[in-house]
Amino acid sequence: MLPTPDLSHLKRKDYEFVYEPAEDTFLFLDAFEDEVYFLKELQPAISLEIGSGSGCVTAFVGKILGESSCLKYCTDINPKAARATQGTAKQNKVSVDIIETHLVSGLLPRLEGQIDLMYFNPPYVLTPSEEVGSHSVEAAWAGGIDGREVIDEFLPYIKRLLSVKGAFYMVVVNENKPDEIREIMKNDGFDSSVVKTRLAGREKLFILKFVRTAA
Amino acid sequence: MLQCHVKGCNANNFPLELQEVVLEQEEAEMNEDFLRNMLTKIEYDALVATCLKLDINDLPAAIPADAAYNDEFLQILHRVILETHIKSGKMVCPNCQHNYIIRDGIPNMLLAEHEV
Repeated sequence: MLPTPDLSHLKRKDYEFVYEPAEDTFLFLDAFEDEVYFLKELQPAISLEIGSGSGCVTAFVGKILGESSCLKYCTDINPKAARATQGTAKQNKVSVDIIETHLVSGLLPRLEGQIDLMYFNPPYVLTPSEEVGSHSVEAAWAGGIDGREVIDEFLPYIKRLLSVKGAFYMVVVNENKPDEIREIMKNDGFDSSVVKTRLAGREKLFILKFVRTAA
Repeated sequence: MLQCHVKGCNANNFPLELQEVVLEQEEAEMNEDFLRNMLTKIEYDALVATCLKLDINDLPAAIPADAAYNDEFLQILHRVILETHIKSGKMVCPNCQHNYIIRDGIPNMLLAEHEV
């Protein structure tokens, strides 16, 4: 079993501004642990985490992929989260390039079809639409109607960014209607599977995986 | 790897031009397989041009024909893309002149609402 990344440098005060790893984060780590063989075979040259927050997931994935094996990009709209990711990368000796941006703004068209591994723990919580669009910690969870507003904005980018062999992983809850998301992605040319699922309090969490349908 | 995304700015906007840059070198383990993998993903001319602006002039003007197995070349590439980090500075769009600030090693690509 791989150790959970060391987050001891992040204090209570940091978590007022940056999403603190919780059940969804840990399920994501467990999913990547299940995927170790696939990820090593995939040998991604460029990876991208959207909304990296504390940086816990990217530090974990970085450990799986190994030093100097992959250019690891992260984005976050929250400047404090971007800096938390940086601190976590350093603390865990994983090299990461962080970009402060909204989802993947600024990466296209240069990185079109170049990302081999992409993952996103999106703001999936059902909230009023007005709560979407913050640049602080709320951006980590506020998902608007059906918790889908940010997810739906992001889905069209997947087919543009992923390389031919690329894989995309995403956390969702039951209320996000995972089957509907899989259907949307199917129409974009992706096969999907559920890598992991867990009941955490009231939330039923899923980790979805998408790869391009073989031609 | 980043590109200007101001609304209506669609041409001649790559690479962003680096200005007032403070660099930082950090040693990293060399991985030849990774570098070979990157050869197809790099826009080599843009990389060379950007490096020259930063007074890094070790990269040959054209990618060597035997790049994948040229140890000397791979060493340089390793130093440039894995060990050289931009601590602070700004990236200026050669087309619309938009400034993207880099602080604490993190470029800020966010735009104001009227620019999106």
